[in-house]
Amino acid sequence: MSKLNQIELALAGAMLAVAPWIIDAAPYESTMGLVQKIFYFHMPSAWLFLLAAIISGVASAMFLFGKKKNADGWALAAAELAVVFGIITLVTGPLWARKAWGIWWVWDARLTSSLILWMIFTAYLLLRRYGGPGSDKLGAGMALFGLANVPFIFVSVNVWRTLHPQTSVVPTLPVQMGGPLWFCITAFFLLFLALLSMRARLERQRLRIEDLYLAEDEA
Amino acid sequence: MKDFFRVAWLVVRKDLMVEARSLEVVSTTLFFALTVVLVFAFGLVREGRPVDDVAAAILWIATAFSGTLALGRTFERERQADTLRALMLAPADRPAIYAGKLAGMLLLMGLVELVLVPLVGLLFQAPIFAYPWHLAALLVAGTTGFAAVGTLFAAMLVRARSCDVMLPILLYPITVPVMIAGVRGTAALFQGTPDEELARFWIALLLFFDVVFVTLALWTFEPVMTE
Repeated sequence: MSKLNQIELALAGAMLAVAPWIIDAAPYESTMGLVQKIFYFHMPSAWLFLLAAIISGVASAMFLFGKKKNADGWALAAAELAVVFGIITLVTGPLWARKAWGIWWVWDARLTSSLILWMIFTAYLLLRRYGGPGSDKLGAGMALFGLANVPFIFVSVNVWRTLHPQTSVVPTLPVQMGGPLWFCITAFFLLFLALLSMRARLERQRLRIEDLYLAEDEA
Repeated sequence: MKDFFRVAWLVVRKDLMVEARSLEVVSTTLFFALTVVLVFAFGLVREGRPVDDVAAAILWIATAFSGTLALGRTFERERQADTLRALMLAPADRPAIYAGKLAGMLLLMGLVELVLVPLVGLLFQAPIFAYPWHLAALLVAGTTGFAAVGTLFAAMLVRARSCDVMLPILLYPITVPVMIAGVRGTAALFQGTPDEELARFWIALLLFFDVVFVTLALWTFEPVMTE
């Protein structure tokens, strides 16, 4: 663990520890009340989920076309984080939706594309885990295609839904860009950075050990 | 450029010749597609009447399932005698080999669809002759998108472990837009008062998907198939 990672982790830990008090102190949203506070964890996770997916796709492209060996470690680390933050997003979302909209799930463009993006990266991890040799390149193709897919999913789901009568009126969320929200975003982002670089470093070391084993075998 | 098409044609001809001698993939895929439609018929036809608006979904699900089966079998055959490696060793452009494989896959899936469409029309009372050109365009564009991604992934998976399980796991999330566009576009044609404009929108989206993903696949095929 590098010095920077330690600082990031310590800061994120401290910030997440005091986050409940800060969120509690934030003003209540007038129509939704207490449940709106899920938002302070939901939105940072959703942002990082998308960020992780983008990092994984870009790193995969660099691995495939730029022949950068280390980029694969970043892609894998980012994909794992995409799945983790995706789960947080997909669990906190329905919890909030149940109270706010009265139903757990709507086939809205944003929800559906998040779900499918999460499935793409879960498939990526399954492939990396069980695909056997050569799955790094395969996975890179998967992550690249997954990222290219996002706009198509969004457009298609959007048209598919909006042409049908909506069963519940989905109120647009009042975005109060208050201090607590940015506090939580910062905390989550620090955690994300630390986890990402630590996991990528682990992968780099694994590659090095593999290379050493190969060199040993040849010698 | 001329070389590209020549190589692609040679790959298609080789695949067709192998297939014509055994008829293995065509016959099994066709039979599987029939089975899928029949299973849906048992689940969705009640008292002689199909549930509303299911014909389009069944047509596309059967296409996707049988397409996955065909992809798996076609590349399994290339694995048995390690002939894909021989193909890769040939002094030819890798993208041309991909294009040939894709064309062969499209011919095969097209053949299956020629049987599937009338069958769905018959069993689920779908008006397949109301807008034949629109329906054909949807099927061609949708199948191209599905097969473009499928051919690339199936070729990559030849060397992987548990490739028959991995193919649908990877392929279905990526082809979600094809499924939505195909099903919605076809449903727009099959409904009581057909919505031609909506169908045209979905055809356009599918064509756009095809352009992006065929380009991306031609581009990725070279690096992913290099050992």
